[in-house]
Amino acid sequence: MKVVITSSSQTLAEPIDMHFGRAKYFILADTETGHATAHDNAQNLHAAQGAGIQSAETVAKLGAEAVITGSVGPKAFRALQAAGVKIALVESACPGTEALRRFKDGELPVLDSPNSEGHWV
Amino acid sequence: MTSFPSIAIASGKGGTGKTTVAVHLAAWLAGRGHEIQYLDCDVEEPNGHLFLKPEIKAAEPAAIPVPVVDMNRCTACGKCAAVCEFNAIAMLKKPMVFPELCHGCGACTLVCPVDAIREEPRDIGTVETGLAGPIRFAQGRLNVGEPMSPPLIRAVKIRRDPAAIALFDSPPGTSCPVIATVRAADFIVLVTEPSPFGLHDLTLAVETFRPMGLPFGVVVNRADPADERVQDFCRQQEIPVLAELPDDRRVAETYARGELLFDRLPEWRDRMAALWARIEERL
Amino acid sequence: MKELVVISGKGGTGKTSLTASFAALARKAVLADCDVDAADLHLILQPEVRRRESFVSGREAVIREADCAGCGRCAALCRFEAISAVARDSDGARVFRIDSAACEGCGVCTWNCPAKAIDFPERTCGEWFVSATRHGPMVHARLAPGAENSGKLVALVREQARETARQSKRELVLVDGPPGTGCPVIAAVTNANAILVVTEPTVSGFHDLSRVLQLAAHFRIPAAVCVNKWDIHPDMADRIEDQARSAGAVPVGRVRYGPEATDAQRRKLAVVEAGDSPLADDIRAVWQNWLDSTAESGEKESR
Repeated sequence: MKVVITSSSQTLAEPIDMHFGRAKYFILADTETGHATAHDNAQNLHAAQGAGIQSAETVAKLGAEAVITGSVGPKAFRALQAAGVKIALVESACPGTEALRRFKDGELPVLDSPNSEGHWV
Repeated sequence: MTSFPSIAIASGKGGTGKTTVAVHLAAWLAGRGHEIQYLDCDVEEPNGHLFLKPEIKAAEPAAIPVPVVDMNRCTACGKCAAVCEFNAIAMLKKPMVFPELCHGCGACTLVCPVDAIREEPRDIGTVETGLAGPIRFAQGRLNVGEPMSPPLIRAVKIRRDPAAIALFDSPPGTSCPVIATVRAADFIVLVTEPSPFGLHDLTLAVETFRPMGLPFGVVVNRADPADERVQDFCRQQEIPVLAELPDDRRVAETYARGELLFDRLPEWRDRMAALWARIEERL
Repeated sequence: MKELVVISGKGGTGKTSLTASFAALARKAVLADCDVDAADLHLILQPEVRRRESFVSGREAVIREADCAGCGRCAALCRFEAISAVARDSDGARVFRIDSAACEGCGVCTWNCPAKAIDFPERTCGEWFVSATRHGPMVHARLAPGAENSGKLVALVREQARETARQSKRELVLVDGPPGTGCPVIAAVTNANAILVVTEPTVSGFHDLSRVLQLAAHFRIPAAVCVNKWDIHPDMADRIEDQARSAGAVPVGRVRYGPEATDAQRRKLAVVEAGDSPLADDIRAVWQNWLDSTAESGEKESR
């Protein structure tokens, strides 16, 4: 299954980015094969508003079934839900490889409502 | 010169006395028998009503048109999401609208190749109209948490009565809500105070309003004969000083109580008369 | 790291003056001037600019008059009254022109012009700076006159202030916020640790405070209230503090009316730097009370 991990770098070895909407990179990983590719989310860092929505669009286009991150604001949450993408949460910025392992082992809670007030940052 | 000019009362810095000047000018003009309308365009924090104490006769919601997609007609081409400059539409399996980001521009309705988008109003605030004695009164009240003022400010300005002098009480600053308020006014009164902050923000205001090509003048509120920095600036920039209203703790105290100054400080009637004469000269 | 934001609702209550004093009292803070529309904090803190960047946000439509056929479709479609007819400079023909201050950058005119005569460039709306001051690093900005104040520049200033705090290992970001309750204020307060509302004992202050406290509650940020120039109307100061308590906000003290604020401003000093006075003591007490209240309330940790 394909999942997206939000990251401030292009590799799963580095810590994940806790903020969904303005993460620098989305790393698309295949849970079966472990193959991972990094996708630039830079255009969203500059969006005036609605960065989380655009990020959700990107995740949907990448064909991910789940996203692993730290916090998701209300608009991004609505968009991900509409796209049928599950949201798995880590509580602090661990390396991407560890986040992926914990996801596969079923250790990560799934978010059923937004856990952030919505950022403008 | 039109018999019913519109005058915007603005400032760079907040708290310099815009509303004080606007309500007293309105009250003085009404007292002289002029047809006068006061429109409070500071829709985030409207205060004019506290002093004019109007009887509100009508309250109407103001709305922005936001898109609604007919999912039966939608072919999921994604053009609506792509054309939106404000990220208000996300293209997922089908388009998803985020009304709170929508500016109501209509781009999506025009671009949809199968005419699947219609618009519905989203309330952002209220426009209230009424009378404060003989003064025609209008104000906008933006819903708390609502980010954008200009659409509500435009809705207030539409209530402008062409058969009365209009005073637009503006929000502070120089950004989009202020521009929406002062546009197309016949004259702008800039209220400031003689402090470093007051002068600094006045220069920002002048930079903003000069290119708009509207005539303007300055009122120095809380004037202090020991500090003429604002008057010096105006002289150097060839900006007319329309009035100097002296610093007086009694003004602050009366204002604090939401009372007009004319009873306690009757000299303010003469001050408003003089101010109006200076404005009229320049219309 | 904590982020504390000073706002006012109504403008002119003394927010920036007080924030300058707080900056002088705070230890190891980064200062952020988020009143990007009419920034004044720099007049007291006198920053030395170390880094300067352009702020680009959104777009604007610009008609190439040479190519304009004068059909007026753009003006008919524009919902923001930004387009009007003018006489072309070269030949007096009727063409259309866009008022840049009114243009919202939606693109409707651009995509619907039959002559494709409208350009749609990105818009430079201002500048932001990272500077050094006698009380620590400061991030501030200037919005170009008439520019849209969507909150994006405010958000950027805060983000840069947090980044500066991380890099310089400072524990506190102190934000001078904008007046009002719209976009820029929302951008200044979302996800902050605590808000201080500086208000004044007037009917206007009382009225505007309720709106600001609603905003704080809406975004679930603990709020404190300080009544500035309280002795102008002591009864109203009491009522304001009662109003604050009813809304779940904490009164953290009062500052008296006096000439010290403007005098200090003229000397480019914060009040607490300008000599001893009871007014300066009032400010010290408010700052300490606010800090104490933010330590107690156990608010969520800044990310």
